[in-house]
Amino acid sequence: MTSRPYMNPYLAGFFLGLVLLATIYITGRGLGASGAVKDVVVSVVKTAAPEHYQEAAFYRQYDQDHPQNPLSSWLVFEVLGMFIGAFLSGLLANRIALKLEKGPRVGNRLRIMAAIVGGALFGFGSQLGRGCTSGAALSGMAVMSLGGMITMLAIFGAAYALAYFLRKLWIE
Amino acid sequence: MGPLVPDIFSSQFNLVIAFFLGIGFGFILEQAGFSSTRKLVGLFYGYDFTVLKVFFTAGTVAMIGVLVLDHLGLLDLGLIYVNPTFLWSAILGGCIMGAGFIIGGFCPGTSFCAAAIGKIDAMAFILGSVLGIFVFTAAYPALENIYLAENRGAVRADEFLGLSPELYAFLIALIAVVAFLAVTAIENRVNDRKTGLSRWRVLKFASLAAIPFVIIILLVITPSKQEYLLAKIREAREQQKCVFKEISADKLAHELLHNHFKINLIDVRSPEKFKEYHLPLAINIPVDSMMARGWSDIFTQEYKTNIFYADQDTTAKKACLLANFMGESENYILRESTEQFRELFYDPEPPPHDAIKEIVDAYHFRLKAAQDLEGLENALKKFSQPVKREFRKIKGGCS
Repeated sequence: MTSRPYMNPYLAGFFLGLVLLATIYITGRGLGASGAVKDVVVSVVKTAAPEHYQEAAFYRQYDQDHPQNPLSSWLVFEVLGMFIGAFLSGLLANRIALKLEKGPRVGNRLRIMAAIVGGALFGFGSQLGRGCTSGAALSGMAVMSLGGMITMLAIFGAAYALAYFLRKLWIE
Repeated sequence: MGPLVPDIFSSQFNLVIAFFLGIGFGFILEQAGFSSTRKLVGLFYGYDFTVLKVFFTAGTVAMIGVLVLDHLGLLDLGLIYVNPTFLWSAILGGCIMGAGFIIGGFCPGTSFCAAAIGKIDAMAFILGSVLGIFVFTAAYPALENIYLAENRGAVRADEFLGLSPELYAFLIALIAVVAFLAVTAIENRVNDRKTGLSRWRVLKFASLAAIPFVIIILLVITPSKQEYLLAKIREAREQQKCVFKEISADKLAHELLHNHFKINLIDVRSPEKFKEYHLPLAINIPVDSMMARGWSDIFTQEYKTNIFYADQDTTAKKACLLANFMGESENYILRESTEQFRELFYDPEPPPHDAIKEIVDAYHFRLKAAQDLEGLENALKKFSQPVKREFRKIKGGCS
């Protein structure tokens, strides 16, 4: 069984734009992703290390801004939906499989290490930059936010600048 | 009028909506191929520009959609969340994310989609992002200065550049179309594909690419809903064809005394003048702010009659016309001006001895009505305050 081809990128972009527009029209905010991971981290710290939660400046600020349970946040529910939506799409297109993708000369161990390091950088950067590709760049573009535009240019600019040096990870 | 949360949908129900919007988001990202890290990084090596095509199309569609909804009076742009601009953290955070992208091969949203269909590297990426966020929270005291530096507030790029939103959207759409052409050419070269295009495909691309520009031009040349309403009113006034339902001061006093709960008596003068003197039980909605979203309930309800008054006949008529166009409520204007009403009821001239009975009766009615109205106003003090709904700006973003 072979998997189905991907959707035409412009058509997919059009539908994605409509989902984003519906989100803005209904809720007044954009889509996001990294914020949900933060809510989970906060929730874990709150349960596992309540003393640290009380003391650390970051969590004190968070608690003030989000008086409700960190897990009952908009983004956590949205990301739960994302998992289900992506799974359904993978099911329909016959793409569900436990595997990983990597450059031609990259071992599995290196790929996993790189994914963890990349994830850590992205997670760290998304907190500093107040949102990731979804929350800052894409949603910011839709509402013409200047900050979103700057973040987007920085993300793609930095990735392009580093691409040559990291080509062994992907193409050679 | 959007946004529908929190007035039409509750904040609790908002979470259910988030779940379903998330399903759409995840489904489309996966369909587009964002669950494949090789496809994602193709952007940086020139062999696959899917990310750029999807991303730019989506951003442009949503941006133009927001402008269209605003134009039609369906979305209140003043309330939606605009990501704030903190210059240094945006640049530095963006650069770190870019490094994470090229090393890890995902961004957070795409890693969720890839993990959902079983990609092990995506699960590792999510684990990494948990660690990264944890490190950020631990290092926050040291980072606080740079995190909060150069706060420019919720600036919009079009304001920053001094462009109109429509012109900005036009330029972004133009950049997108040019970028699509350029990256397709690069893709073809890198992948050694033939570049020969059929006439039919060129025509298809050109006509689809023209759509955003046509929409933006329509936005510029057609009046927005607000402009349309105001133009209609101007036209109606110039042609003098509108008929106003009028109510006399005596009738108003009578109605106020017996049916005050069926009436919105609306003072359309400035707040200063309202404060100086206003009719008993009146609320103040200056004519210029009648279109503000908070008042729309008053002009669309069908249970109370709206009665407008002002110092000049023309102001009251303008307000009444505006209300007629805004909703289905019954609207009247007070025949007398503010000052005339005050003189009639609070400063009446005693009738001469030989006056006919009707005039004497009216005099006594007004004397008594003035007293009763004062009593009624005192009794209803708490209720007669204007009930403008407050709208709060929506919180959003990933922070």
